[in-house]
Amino acid sequence: MYWNRELETIERKDLEQLQLKRLQAALEAAMNTPYYKKVFSENRVDISKIRTLEHLRDLPYTSKNDLRLSYPDGMVAVPRAEIVRMHASSGTTGKSTVIFYTQKDLDSWTDLLARSMAATGATREDVFQNMMGYGLFTGGLGLHYGAERLGCMVIPSSTGNTIRQIQLIQDFETTVIHITPSYALHMVEEIQKMGIDPRDLTINKAYLGAEPYSEATRDKIQEQWGIEAYNSYGLSEMNGPGVAFECVHRSGMHLWEDCYIMEIINPETGEALPDGEEGELILTHISREAMPILRYRTRDLTRIVPGTCACGRTHRRIERIKGRTDDMLIIGGVNVFPSQIETVLMNIPEVGNNYQIVLDRVKNLDRIIIKVELYSKMFHGDMKELETLKKKVVDELRALIVVNPKVELLEPGSLPPSTGKAVRVIDNRKI
Amino acid sequence: MPYQVSVFAENKPGKIERITKVLAEKKINIRAVTISDSGDYGIIKLLLDRPEDGCEFLKEQGIAATLKDIVAVTIKDQPGGLHEAAAVLNDSGVNVEDAYGFMVKSRESAVFVFQVENPRKAEKILQDAGFGVMTEKELYLL
Repeated sequence: MYWNRELETIERKDLEQLQLKRLQAALEAAMNTPYYKKVFSENRVDISKIRTLEHLRDLPYTSKNDLRLSYPDGMVAVPRAEIVRMHASSGTTGKSTVIFYTQKDLDSWTDLLARSMAATGATREDVFQNMMGYGLFTGGLGLHYGAERLGCMVIPSSTGNTIRQIQLIQDFETTVIHITPSYALHMVEEIQKMGIDPRDLTINKAYLGAEPYSEATRDKIQEQWGIEAYNSYGLSEMNGPGVAFECVHRSGMHLWEDCYIMEIINPETGEALPDGEEGELILTHISREAMPILRYRTRDLTRIVPGTCACGRTHRRIERIKGRTDDMLIIGGVNVFPSQIETVLMNIPEVGNNYQIVLDRVKNLDRIIIKVELYSKMFHGDMKELETLKKKVVDELRALIVVNPKVELLEPGSLPPSTGKAVRVIDNRKI
Repeated sequence: MPYQVSVFAENKPGKIERITKVLAEKKINIRAVTISDSGDYGIIKLLLDRPEDGCEFLKEQGIAATLKDIVAVTIKDQPGGLHEAAAVLNDSGVNVEDAYGFMVKSRESAVFVFQVENPRKAEKILQDAGFGVMTEKELYLL
């Protein structure tokens, strides 16, 4: 279902013309920020010479660190009075990054989210339970306004308090949820523990976001909840959720190219990569007046899905995020993404939904410990069966990560449950 | 056919307390308990007066518990008491996978509890040899 048929099915050449027009406006706006004024002058960038989309490549990248160094408002392009909202990232790895919005920016962001939800088949008849954090984090408020614009009834339940979440689902017959994949996996176990079959609930769709996760996890969530799960993508630097979203075909996320220009590069060399090849996603925001961000290095690894989608939208799709360039683990010299380990674990039905990867270094050798919980329903009181299971987990992981993992089989519920963004990797190695 | 409750447990302090707490609260009596261990984890086996209820209560607490068929046979509490039963099983080629025993009345009777691949067959062999194989009721209300 289209929210804005004209924009969503726009001819590619018209789309590119629109992008160029908006890019030039974003560059003008950037000239009003202390940060870009300085960067353009240092790099001798003449914005009047950016006359095609290819010229975008002449501009320098913007990094997360640039945003931090511009704290609090070095990248703002409008007078303070025009700004109506700010959001900020958690700042777990340093100073937080702040994003500002004018009323027009909020309207355009809200519109993208209504468009995203409509693409999944959601309508004003739906009851939308938003289990993402409200506050400085963009995940909660972003979808909240989008769902309201679409006309859904919104339950702003935010994160945590699982029992109450379940109560709300039952009492108000929630049909669509927005949730982190790790919380979805935890919650389904809680529902089962209450003697309720999650598939009997009224929910028919889940929007999964805010964490990288594997296709196997999506399958598991769909199976256990009896729903359709949609991948969504966003980052606060580019507004928040709603940068890219899956349509009903669920074969890649349409990145809304009327608002963002995407590039894929080799993260090490900076070389531009063609559609279909995996690399780092670079985004330029071309529809935010308060804070234009150019060629932002998202550090997210993905690829552009070649070809067109059966839904008729002309906006290209990106594949699920494989991981971040900075969360790749190097274990004994082998590159491993946590999502690859997750894929292995989610395909073994005897282990539960929760897991943890612990790394340490003993006598200069990397050691990896994978902690998994036994799935209660698969326990038959047989010691040999447990041994076989443990060996199966070890063997399948060894095939992937080369080094010999130590697998710890834990009692159900013994790993810390996730009620928001899960901590899956604990790296105790001292380099 | 009587049941025991088998519980998956990590090898760490509190593994038994966690189980006994639930059973005590629910007023379920433990007739026998044994642990088989494989280093990091093991299986705790419990003979309860109400195994079905006990198993459900444990599961409600998120504990991995399951009911397991067992064979329970009355033997004499005297030297060679267990040997008589073991010899019968051996003669018939029955492999005892796991076993434990407890005394019922000193110097008179004891119970030998064991797991085998085919419990019905083992019961029949013992019955045919004149042993008192215990029914669920007899065992639970002992």
